[in-house]
Amino acid sequence: MIYLDNSATTPPYPEVLDTYRVVSERFFANPSSIHKLGGESEDLLHKSRQQAAALLGVKETEIIFTSGGTEGNNFAIKGTALGYRQRGKHLITSMIEHPASLNAFAQLEDLGFDVTYLDVDEEGRISIDALKDAWRPDTLLVSLIHVNNEIGTIQPIEEIGRFLRDKPKTLFHVDHVQGLAKVPLNFKDIGIDLATMSGHKIHGPKGTGMLYMREGVKLAPLLAGGGQEFDHRSGTENLPAIVGMVKALRLVMEKARDGVPYLQTVMNRLRQRLAQHPLVTLNTPEFGAAPHILNFTIEGFRAEVLIHALEEEDIYVSTKSACASKASEASHVLLACGLPEKEAKQAIRISLSFENTQEELDIFIASFDKKTKELMKAMEA
Amino acid sequence: MKYDTLIIRYGEIALKGRNRKSFYDTLYDRVREQLLDLKDIKLKKRFDHIEVVLNGMDYQQVADRIRHVFGIQSMRVAITVDNDLESIHSGALRVIKEEEHIATFKVSARRKNKDYPMTSKDLNYSVGSFILKNTENVTVDVHHPDMNLQIEVLEDTTRIYGKVIKGAGGLPVGSAGKVMLMLSGGIDSPVAGYMMMRRGATVEAIHFHSPPYTNDRAKQKVLDLAAALQKFGGRLKLHVVPFTNAQIAIRDRMPENYRMTIMRRMMLRIAERLAVKREALGIATGESLGQVASQTLESMNTINEVTNYPVFRPLVSTDKVDIIEIAKNIGTYDISIRPYEDCCTIFLPKAPKTKPKREQANRFEKNLPIEELMEEALAGVETIDVGKQTEALEDLL
Repeated sequence: MIYLDNSATTPPYPEVLDTYRVVSERFFANPSSIHKLGGESEDLLHKSRQQAAALLGVKETEIIFTSGGTEGNNFAIKGTALGYRQRGKHLITSMIEHPASLNAFAQLEDLGFDVTYLDVDEEGRISIDALKDAWRPDTLLVSLIHVNNEIGTIQPIEEIGRFLRDKPKTLFHVDHVQGLAKVPLNFKDIGIDLATMSGHKIHGPKGTGMLYMREGVKLAPLLAGGGQEFDHRSGTENLPAIVGMVKALRLVMEKARDGVPYLQTVMNRLRQRLAQHPLVTLNTPEFGAAPHILNFTIEGFRAEVLIHALEEEDIYVSTKSACASKASEASHVLLACGLPEKEAKQAIRISLSFENTQEELDIFIASFDKKTKELMKAMEA
Repeated sequence: MKYDTLIIRYGEIALKGRNRKSFYDTLYDRVREQLLDLKDIKLKKRFDHIEVVLNGMDYQQVADRIRHVFGIQSMRVAITVDNDLESIHSGALRVIKEEEHIATFKVSARRKNKDYPMTSKDLNYSVGSFILKNTENVTVDVHHPDMNLQIEVLEDTTRIYGKVIKGAGGLPVGSAGKVMLMLSGGIDSPVAGYMMMRRGATVEAIHFHSPPYTNDRAKQKVLDLAAALQKFGGRLKLHVVPFTNAQIAIRDRMPENYRMTIMRRMMLRIAERLAVKREALGIATGESLGQVASQTLESMNTINEVTNYPVFRPLVSTDKVDIIEIAKNIGTYDISIRPYEDCCTIFLPKAPKTKPKREQANRFEKNLPIEELMEEALAGVETIDVGKQTEALEDLL
């Protein structure tokens, strides 16, 4: 099997599954129970939070464990809007956000909030000047995806952070789901107030995530209840999954040291090879994109056909984002980048992890050449 | 660019004359313990420093592990190059470019290999001009340079040093004998432990536990505090003393306003017995003069009567706000403020005596089976190897 759909989800590391199992068996007690078993679970929760905070360079109390990227984005966006609604009702985001953000903003529009959707250029990048123009004294939030999940474009987060630095009443949320470990951000240095992360994109268990919430920020909780997670997110903690995710975070960050330059090398090679293909147009920009995502359009047939052709060879790639790709609409990201609807339906995304080898990519290229030739022939006949 | 070596320098221990070797060995052990699981790196004992061969590992990761280890004055990163001038030039340039915000520099070359064809002075000049030619906005300043680029020519290789990272100072834990730390779970006692460790003392901790009035979370909190102290060097042992019966006896038999004083005297007696058993030469506490009723001079005088072991109170003249500051810096504050009751607060009167007298305390204690209570408590001591405890959880993470 050659799995090249790591931006949809990643296979969990075996060590993570070991941890998940041991914690499920031995630390099943509720961390809020006051007996000894509860205390042991609570201690493990503490240690997990400590480790996550240390790995991300933030304080323990700034890590909120969530159920994943969708919850993180919803909480950051709606929690800010509702929590600070006395301050204003203006919010800024972009046209190429993940649906978890876009649909949260749509809900807020229904509630009477005023949302500015920044346009992007053909590489999928917002313009700082447009952001500066859109900003108003009553802007509550700027929420942007760091690494776009479909085309891999990196937004100028540091520059935006600098612009917002002297505007303390505007919070800055970054959807860091695709960037975590692969395009690291220093939340503190940049001045990020909220950052959404997901466990299953870094080889952790599904249904886990973290929201970085800068000390002093107070959102309206989405989940009211027993006051877990410092009163920000109620619900009995999913301890096996949390411990597993934090372990995955440690492992993936260890691998990132050599893994990021390695990905850059193999990605460059992959770009060069695909660029030579007569039917392929690369949509991911050459510069300012993440090292693990490559989006391209294949002329002549629908992407779906090629995906199924490749799966016959046990190779797995995807069209746009998995979260939206079941609907056969064109990608809203590619449309925003200016691609015509037809081409926006023909896009394929390859997304790598540190585990993919050069050999796997060589096989992918060979199979890709073979399959496109076969398909062209069939269509001509 | 990757630095290939980290040089660990010690300060004060170099002054210790004939004991230098044992101090050095102790420091080496403390460093090694923190780096044990980093399989790639290699430690080498050198005459006046410890050399860490990084073998591709990021120096920052190593430095982060040992920046708390007492006895380290400074750490310095370096690259190793061949002895020919071209390699020295390009190496020096790489080091200068690695360091950000450098506007001025000077070169200080030293030759351990005196057969080297160039003099130190010639080397300084040659490397300096090479850097000037190949950089922009960087100038030489021999008096107050942003960076003093040190070059050391050895037999077969040359070492070029980069930035200096400040160490924790102090003396390596284990170089000054052992003390028993009375660790309550509050803010002060872990800081006191830290300060004793800074001067080289090995610390074992005693905690008084009164189940079911104090719970396992209170005990866990103390374990976490002890674990937090481990990063300053060495493994900690924690002795958990069952104290319920002693407290009940004190409540039932002692006058209310002397209960606190007598409870403290019991604790100190038990601590001394444990100290004898564990071969510790002193007892350390987090007391600060006048902070609470048990910490007035009258109280200290009356409580201290029961032992002739030295009782160290490194915080005796430190203000609470300053203690809190240190606790935050050493990472114990967030643990200390977890809200679990410890044994010091149960059964105690609202208004304990702030000026207790020795004679009175002695008179009341005639009605207390002191020896019996002590023996019972000491028989039930649970000794926990804190390192092992935390490792068990860390395996999961």
